[in-house]
Amino acid sequence: MLFLTKARYMRIHIIWVSILLVGALTACGPTTQGNDQQLTLTGSTSVGPFAEQLAERYEEHHRGSKVNIQALGSSAGIQAAAEGTVELGMSSRHLEPDEEEQLQVYEIARDALAIIVHPSNAVTDLSTEQVRRIFTGEIANWREVGGHDAPIDIVTREAGSGTYGAFEELVMDKELPAQSALRQGSNGAVRQIIAGDPDSIGYISLGIVNETVKPISVDHVQASTEAVMSGQYKLVRPFLFVQRKNATLSPLGQEFLSYVLSPEGQQELVQAGLIQGADAQ
Amino acid sequence: MKERLISFLLFLCALVSIASLAIITFFIFQAGLPLIFRVGLGNFLESSLWNPSGDPQSFGIAAMILGSIWVTLGAIVVGVPLGLAVAIFSAEIAPPRLAMLIRPVIQLLAGIPSVIYGFIGLTILAPAIRATFGGPGLSVLTAALILGIMILPSIISISEDALRAVPSAYRDGSLAVGATRWQTIWRVLVPAARSGIVASVILGMGRALGETMAVIMMLGNALQVPRSPLDSATTLTSNIGLELAYASGAHRDALFATGVVLFVLIMILNILANIFTGRVTFWQRLSAFRPAVFNGRAAWRRRNT
Amino acid sequence: MKRQHSQLVAFAGLWFAASLTIVILAIIIMYILAQGLPYVNLEFLTGRPLEQGREGGIFPTILGTLALGAVSLVLAVPLGVGAAVFLTEYTRPSPLTTIMRFGTDSLAGVPSIIFGLFGFIFFVTRLHMSWSLLAGGLTLALMVLPTIIRTTEEAIRAVPVAYREVSYGLGASRWQMVRTVVLPNALPGIITGIILSFGRAVGETAAVIFTAGTALNIPTSILSPTRTMAVHFYILAVEGISLQKAYATGAVLIISILAINVLANALITRSVSRAVRR
Repeated sequence: MLFLTKARYMRIHIIWVSILLVGALTACGPTTQGNDQQLTLTGSTSVGPFAEQLAERYEEHHRGSKVNIQALGSSAGIQAAAEGTVELGMSSRHLEPDEEEQLQVYEIARDALAIIVHPSNAVTDLSTEQVRRIFTGEIANWREVGGHDAPIDIVTREAGSGTYGAFEELVMDKELPAQSALRQGSNGAVRQIIAGDPDSIGYISLGIVNETVKPISVDHVQASTEAVMSGQYKLVRPFLFVQRKNATLSPLGQEFLSYVLSPEGQQELVQAGLIQGADAQ
Repeated sequence: MKERLISFLLFLCALVSIASLAIITFFIFQAGLPLIFRVGLGNFLESSLWNPSGDPQSFGIAAMILGSIWVTLGAIVVGVPLGLAVAIFSAEIAPPRLAMLIRPVIQLLAGIPSVIYGFIGLTILAPAIRATFGGPGLSVLTAALILGIMILPSIISISEDALRAVPSAYRDGSLAVGATRWQTIWRVLVPAARSGIVASVILGMGRALGETMAVIMMLGNALQVPRSPLDSATTLTSNIGLELAYASGAHRDALFATGVVLFVLIMILNILANIFTGRVTFWQRLSAFRPAVFNGRAAWRRRNT
Repeated sequence: MKRQHSQLVAFAGLWFAASLTIVILAIIIMYILAQGLPYVNLEFLTGRPLEQGREGGIFPTILGTLALGAVSLVLAVPLGVGAAVFLTEYTRPSPLTTIMRFGTDSLAGVPSIIFGLFGFIFFVTRLHMSWSLLAGGLTLALMVLPTIIRTTEEAIRAVPVAYREVSYGLGASRWQMVRTVVLPNALPGIITGIILSFGRAVGETAAVIFTAGTALNIPTSILSPTRTMAVHFYILAVEGISLQKAYATGAVLIISILAINVLANALITRSVSRAVRR
């Protein structure tokens, strides 16, 4: 059969046309119905889950509005906001001086860093100094701090993450974590590793702590909202929204920000385990 | 006129396609090279101190290079014997029906998303290794075992093609002088298919070296030079994947510089593979995915000439 | 006798290796399906995720995957098929075609994280596309371009020279010949390439996560960020958000890949049997 019969030729034509049609539809379709309002927030993976929850709640009350959360890291969020790629950036660390010049900051909440171990671990309290020495590798066995006889598996975060920055500032005192420390990309990932490894220790947001891991007290103070409010618990860092200075937010951006700082929004955050921010209304 | 326009448009398609590789290369190098020059190539490659958030910052990727080497070699140690065995089995001794079954199995193995492999490593293998051998479980051994499976498709299909391409006169001659089938395979066919087999190993190395997300999941990402297979480590790829989201300024540049090193290593492997086979065809590269339809091509040629 | 013995041992080893490979594949697939399928139901497939995916379904990620695959194919298919037609029908082998071939071959060997880096610096940052379907689609398009060019080339070459000669003999121009003879006959091969490329888009994470983003919403425009199934699976699994949902998402992923493979194979078999019939 050297030549295509007419019928087959037609059929093949139809296939081509439909491929092109499907393509054209998928390419153009979505853009034509873009009268919904959209807002994208980028930044800290620590703030991300909480922002996501706020966005979910916000969208429930405001049909047709979309709030996208891109959890990519504090630095990425700060940079994106400074460059104007997004209206609002999220950060879980204080801004550097040069960043502060460009950005308007809203502290939406404060977060405590909880030191966590496997639930089976007998250790319940460590001093800040002990935590530091564990993470630098000076203390390498749980026995040295009153625990079981096993080498300590340290889990830390990667450089550049807000949580790492906060831990570095609050605990590590300019020292680097031991080279053998495992590194994970988010609070959830650290929690997952700790939950599976009886000999491990790590640090995560208090709001992310659940029953799969055990938070231990630091200098005899158990991490809790009250202890943070009263100033007794020291491992505390800010959760920030940042906006380019002199840039006006879109109506949706403005409204979402007000919602986050409003009593309802703050209530949401507190229920999720965070502590009210300084800029809350 | 219309003909001219169409041929110009088609030329443009071709031009854009090739330009994309040039653009990718250009932008990766443009983003990464300045930092390499600033830090010094020797320093960048030989220092194993990676502290992008320190003051002063330091960018040395020696630990990651060694991590990549450990993991890649580990994957080869696991994947090559198994893959070669399957290739020989499938090309030489499998009953035809079973051989027909193996091709789709390999295709599927190649199609499974790498994150699923990583997940298996993270949730099944790592705890088992921790329980059996101690250590954190997330280790070079875990990553090597899973990556060894992940590179099987490349190794099996390219080696199998090479074995099948050995002229049947070799086989017949060997059997005729009284060699057993196994002697024929091992002493005649495998050496004859050597260059294809080596190419399969090199391309398998490329795949192991380039894998990112699965490695982040399985390797634990410790910034150390691994001293035993039970140690955690970081590879060039996994460090980029882990830190890119958080990086800014010089830190981000350093990750692109890591990308430059990775890019160069991969290109070296590609060229090596090319040397070993004369030319590794695209289908060998896409290995498991080679659709049978194109085997028909040879048949067509025969019929048409 | 000794020779027979060593052959026996060797063949046993080979049988073992082959069965081991099949068993490994079976274990991986069965494990994910057994753990995940019980949680896959209509609600899971059509619901939106709640609490970052701890509850609810994966509908936005399914849409995101389809949309991202579609965008990348819309960009890569015309370009790739055009390039392949040019290379096979409009030029003779020359230094240019050699360079092109080296280029596409090299592009095929470049790890996906490099594409991710490039897409991030070029599309997301330089061109201000932010994390979006467009940026992700463009990145993926570059990634699958070699597959499409080379599948199309091979498919076109499989069209017998005689067809072309007859077409020319009837007075067809080159483009008429390509359009009426070459492309229709190469179509199954081209579609196979497209399906395989789509499979890559479905399974990819490293290149997608830094270009299309991780937002859990249904994408509403080409500039919306999105999260594909594979990225969703990665995040659920690594962050330990919900193992149950991770398994379920993994099961859906595996079934999609299975379906794509079966589809590609079916097309191949059909076109082969047709070729044989002719």
